Amino acid sequence: MLIAPLVVFLAVFMLWPLWIMISLAIRDDEVSEVLPRTAAALADWNGEGIPGSAAGQALADDLRGAERTRLGPAVRRLNSDISGFRTLMARTQRAADDVTDGAPIDLVAVDERWGETRYWRAIANAVQPYTDRYLLAAVDLERDPDGAIASMPEGASANAAIIVRTFTIAGTVTAICVMIGLPYAMLIAATGGWVRNALLLSVLLPLWTSLLVRTTAWVILLQNEGLVNAAITGLGLSDTPLSLIFNRTGVVIAMTHVLLPFMVLPIFSVVNAIPRNLMPAAASLGAPPLRAFYRVLLPLSMPGVLAGSLLVFMVAIGYYITPALVGGADDQMVASVIAFFALETANWGMAGALGLILLAATTILFIVYGRLSRSGAPIGA
Amino acid sequence: MSASLIRFENVSKAFGSTVVIDDLNLDVRKGEFLTLLGPSGSGKTTTLLMLAGFEAPSGGTILVDGKRIDDLPAHRRGMGVVFQNYALFPHLTVAQNVAFPLQMRGVPRGEIARRVDAALDRVQLRHLSSRKPSQLSGGQQQRVALTRCLVFEPKVILMDEPLSALDKQLRERLQLEIRELYRREGLTVVFVTHDQSEALTMSDRIAVFNRGAIAQIGTPADIYDRPANRFVSEFIGETNLLEAEVTGRGDDHLDLALEGGPGIRVPGRCEDRAVAVSIRPERLVLDAPELDNHLDATVDDVVYQGNHLRIHLSCGPLRLVAQSERRIEPPVVGRKVRVSFAAEDCTVLTE
Ligand SMILES: Nc1ncnc2c1ncn2[C@@H]1O[C@H](COP(=O)(O)OP(=O)(O)O)[C@@H](O)[C@H]1O
Ligand SMILES: [Mg+2]
Repeated sequence: MLIAPLVVFLAVFMLWPLWIMISLAIRDDEVSEVLPRTAAALADWNGEGIPGSAAGQALADDLRGAERTRLGPAVRRLNSDISGFRTLMARTQRAADDVTDGAPIDLVAVDERWGETRYWRAIANAVQPYTDRYLLAAVDLERDPDGAIASMPEGASANAAIIVRTFTIAGTVTAICVMIGLPYAMLIAATGGWVRNALLLSVLLPLWTSLLVRTTAWVILLQNEGLVNAAITGLGLSDTPLSLIFNRTGVVIAMTHVLLPFMVLPIFSVVNAIPRNLMPAAASLGAPPLRAFYRVLLPLSMPGVLAGSLLVFMVAIGYYITPALVGGADDQMVASVIAFFALETANWGMAGALGLILLAATTILFIVYGRLSRSGAPIGA
Repeated sequence: MSASLIRFENVSKAFGSTVVIDDLNLDVRKGEFLTLLGPSGSGKTTTLLMLAGFEAPSGGTILVDGKRIDDLPAHRRGMGVVFQNYALFPHLTVAQNVAFPLQMRGVPRGEIARRVDAALDRVQLRHLSSRKPSQLSGGQQQRVALTRCLVFEPKVILMDEPLSALDKQLRERLQLEIRELYRREGLTVVFVTHDQSEALTMSDRIAVFNRGAIAQIGTPADIYDRPANRFVSEFIGETNLLEAEVTGRGDDHLDLALEGGPGIRVPGRCEDRAVAVSIRPERLVLDAPELDNHLDATVDDVVYQGNHLRIHLSCGPLRLVAQSERRIEPPVVGRKVRVSFAAEDCTVLTE
């Protein structure tokens, strides 16, 4: 009973949007809604040759009454399969309007393209209520005219490259977060009192700072005339200023800064719970400090590193604003492609499909994490 | 006893301005079981940590086999340390824990396996060798910790309250086990505890700590029968501590007047006027006219304690406790009795 609100909350704020995203990615009813009679007539066509005249009749009847606002998306959808559909449909609709309802019409006479199988096949495909075209397109695949899965022509889509780039950036950020976060968390665990609080506060601060302030600060720091470059040239490490912003370096730096707390806090909580007498015990058993670290402290910290890495990676693959603000054109990640499809082209199918890819990656990682942490992770043993 | 293995020379230790150990001089003899006994905060752990190399003395020096070890880091001192909460490595199995010190010493693989098995056999833990520490009982963990220490044959084993987390029965069994292991393996042990009965049971010698200094060092019998000062007499066992004034001095005895008037004769000499006399409860006897000293007292209460009786007595302003065997007829509460004790059972304390 008491968990009912929680169940409702989960259903409304997690499962429902998830379901919407999944259905957007696979639903394909724009055409079938406008051409219901055509859909029925094509239902038992085998896909060979030209369908019977009843199909042409049904198409003409559907087009005659169709509203512009609903026909538009359907035609766009068909046109994305075979360009030329737009003019074909416009001409056919005009011809259909000239004929009364139920009167016979010869479509091949209206436009000879109706004598080609591929146009009919495109309609037959488009009237199916579900499709895998968005999911395939999300990874640069498509169905060739015979219905087999094939890769898109070179240069037609950059989704696969962007997904790889997203995982690369997220992986790089995660690795850097481990390298900074592990020693930092150990340092926090080793200190006490106000020093510990100050160290914790300074890593938590980016979480509480407005995104714009944070990003602007990085732009100021990292630009060619910025503080960092002034220091580098001043110290003679480089003659010319390094380009640190509006490129991959800037994205990685800014993302690491924001995501570091998600690495430090899990590691800190694990390291802090390690009994204090284990390192002295290792020393008394003859382990020099470095070996004691590798054999005792590091393996016992691994659960924290694992949890932190999972967290950072999962948050990082969804990053959108930071790459948009401090990255270049080649640093945009999957989230910005999703935003492009959702906000600029209203292509909800592609937006949903790309979202599903991120969801799948997260789910797989989570399962792997579950396996690793359940097996008791005898790392380094 | 043989020569000294470890020697603390004028060792002191301060944390900031707090002096924790003050001018400590202590010898640990080869092959002995030495216990550092004292109340919490008296500096026992600090002493052990300085010996193990985890704390540096602020002054003085520590010698092992006559050589100073001030500059030797902990991992090169070769001392086995058993920590209070066992300090087993939770991510390693029992066998891996025991193998750890051997791996650190570069012992060949095959020999490690053989020695680990043999060591676990000796404490009957071989069947648990692939378990993780969290899957063991407290007593088993303690045995593993001990085995991990013994396996590399350290020249001395340091134990800091190793049994204090265990319940009474298990603690008493492990006391005997540790003692047995000590005898069988010919170890040198420095053992820390705040439990005086544990110290009396296990030790060859006891160093009683009070506020960072040794109040007395000696065999359990020395410490119990001839406490050197008020602190030791009260900390070890139970005692009747009576304030007294010296009224006469003989060649080898003193005449004392106890608070409230009664006079007694005790052995010893001293220059002070005001002293204290310590008499153990079991040395106070009812109706034994042959003894040297007698007090007239009233029975306040009689308490059964299983194998003995505790008799609470008052003699004017003095409050006394006597302990006697169950065999005697219990005195009636409120009755007047005569309490007697031998002169040599009294210890005169001046400090
Ligand atoms: N690292 C430290 N910093 C400050 N004071 C300490 C530290 N370690 C111990 N002390 C103090 O030294 C005194 C002796 O401690 P300890 O040796 O642990 O006593 P014991 O083991 O006899 O209970 C205590 O008063 C304790 O508060
Ligand atoms: Mg202590």
